[in-house]
Amino acid sequence: MGIAESLRKAIHDEMARDERVFCIGEDIGIPGGYGGAFTVTLGLEKDFRERIIDTPISEIGIFGAACGAALMGMRPIADVQYGDFLLCCMDQVVNQIAKLRYMSGGKLTMPVVMRAPVGVTGRGAQHAQCLEPFFLPCPGIKIIAPATAYDAAGLLRAAVRDDDPVLIFEHKLLYGSKGPRAESGTLDASSEIPDEDYTVPIGKGIIRCEGSDVTIVAGLLMMHFSLRAAEMIEQEGISCEVIDPRTLWPLDMELILRSVRKTGRLVTVEESPKQGGVGAEIAAQVAELVPDYLLAPVTRIAAPNTPAPFAPVMEKYYVPQPERIRDTVRKLIEES
Amino acid sequence: MDHDRIIAEIGAKKAVEMYRRMLEIREFEERIRYLFLEGKMPGTIHQYIGMEACAVGVCATLKGDDVIASTHRPTGHAVARGIPMKEIMAELYGRSTGCCKGKGGSMHIGDLSRGMIPAIAIVGGNLPIIMGVALAFKLRAEKRVAVSFFGDGASNEGSFHEALNMAAVYGVPALFVCENNQYGASTNIKRVLKIENIADRATAYGMRGDIADGMDVFDVYSHAKEAVNMARSGKGPTLLELKTFRLCGHSRRDPNNYMTDEEKKFWKNQDPIPRCETVLRKAKIITDAKISIQKKETEEKVAEAIEYGRQSPEPKPEDTLQDLYVSMEVSR
Repeated sequence: MGIAESLRKAIHDEMARDERVFCIGEDIGIPGGYGGAFTVTLGLEKDFRERIIDTPISEIGIFGAACGAALMGMRPIADVQYGDFLLCCMDQVVNQIAKLRYMSGGKLTMPVVMRAPVGVTGRGAQHAQCLEPFFLPCPGIKIIAPATAYDAAGLLRAAVRDDDPVLIFEHKLLYGSKGPRAESGTLDASSEIPDEDYTVPIGKGIIRCEGSDVTIVAGLLMMHFSLRAAEMIEQEGISCEVIDPRTLWPLDMELILRSVRKTGRLVTVEESPKQGGVGAEIAAQVAELVPDYLLAPVTRIAAPNTPAPFAPVMEKYYVPQPERIRDTVRKLIEES
Repeated sequence: MDHDRIIAEIGAKKAVEMYRRMLEIREFEERIRYLFLEGKMPGTIHQYIGMEACAVGVCATLKGDDVIASTHRPTGHAVARGIPMKEIMAELYGRSTGCCKGKGGSMHIGDLSRGMIPAIAIVGGNLPIIMGVALAFKLRAEKRVAVSFFGDGASNEGSFHEALNMAAVYGVPALFVCENNQYGASTNIKRVLKIENIADRATAYGMRGDIADGMDVFDVYSHAKEAVNMARSGKGPTLLELKTFRLCGHSRRDPNNYMTDEEKKFWKNQDPIPRCETVLRKAKIITDAKISIQKKETEEKVAEAIEYGRQSPEPKPEDTLQDLYVSMEVSR
């Protein structure tokens, strides 16, 4: 099962389990429509017509509605068609959803799930941005980013059951959406999804491939690219440990630090610009907490500090490719 | 305005209570104004002097489990909604006994357990939230009403448009109360709005619009009551514009130099408290002697609240780290 399907199943299960759960977003439940921009909610309106709420193109309205409904004890799943559109409703996400519990002195709860597709995918700069780093300095929300179908369903369930707001970044090239909404350049992120109810804990990363020479921390698409790079370079006798953080806030630093203590080297990989990125946060913590273990400088692989370009040749240059990760790792090992 | 009919509908006891609430807001605001000017209170303050009839008239139509949301100018709404003045005062002082345990401050007064969301200090920010609150009521088929208070300035925000359109589309039980006090900070509404009435914008959303005299608590009550009844009975939301004025600055130390003496005088003559007294006197519900007693009791009650706030304990500095997440600790 691909990520789009696994999310659909998880949302269906949660809505069946808990009447407080509802979905709100653009084009999510129009009969004959797409089930959201990437088919995640396709067909859910057949079972839950009252709780699949199609909206006008009004992101402030969508996230405001989620905020207000959550205050009344509902458990909304609000989504934007493209992560970039979160910028239209940053007040509701950052000033309201993230801060209201704190401003109330802890008297209220804000169980909102916010879904946002990210990834540079042939659409130019405004349907491409990986906004994960925008939300790191937004205390009050948790941020998850599943790279496999198993994690997507498990983390989404955990998010719906969490009493705090959770922002989930999903990657367009990992959905495995089918039909007219299928993406070109899609990677296979499908997993066996067990029938039984399971969750993946928020705040826990996972080692995708064990290794001893270098720790690579990468989420979403970059996790898959890093695994490819690790495979390529294994033939050269370099052993990479690839960590998928799965949750970007709170970061599973325990797992990352344990790995860096073992390998002595850290490479972070991300699809957003290098400045102020998730890699910068991880690098800073590693430098603060385990400086003596480092055999080489911390290395960040990221997109350049530009918006995403359109032309395929430039896009390929912009997004860190497996070969670039491989070459960077090789150089790091050679020089240390 | 047929005051006799409204007073008969409200009843003498409730009419006096409404008057009393307005007095409380006025006294509360007058006292803290000086506490701020004397530097005895931290932070800043946006005051509600002159607008008392709006909050009191609307809140008098609500039930206990209805929900309101306010703005950066929330103390009037909080008092009108029945949040104890002691807890409001303690919050203004930044004390742990405050309604938000000192984490909110003057622009975030509220207590959801008493029907008021901690105030939303981003202009226009509460309208989509109230639409969502009302959506929850509708989804659960509850006979509750959600009320957004906002100013004339907020009606020019994008959030106003999105919230009103969605509220109308879904037919949710909401009341959007625009307190048109003529000024967004120092900007007169006529400089930034080409139409006379903000309520006229309701038509554009297929929503009911209405206008009331925001300086007459009984007129506000009458119009709000109709809108709340409609919302509660499933007939959808209303945009209710209250024509009002703040007889004070935008925030502390604002001398209102952007207002003309003429308009200040015009609106001072509309002061909702003397106007309410006139109506109550005429209806023979209250005498001058009773008014004096009410005023004296209010002064004492506010003085008590000030003492409570002043003497309440400060939060521990490390309480900063509490109350963010339900399920996660935060470190420094």
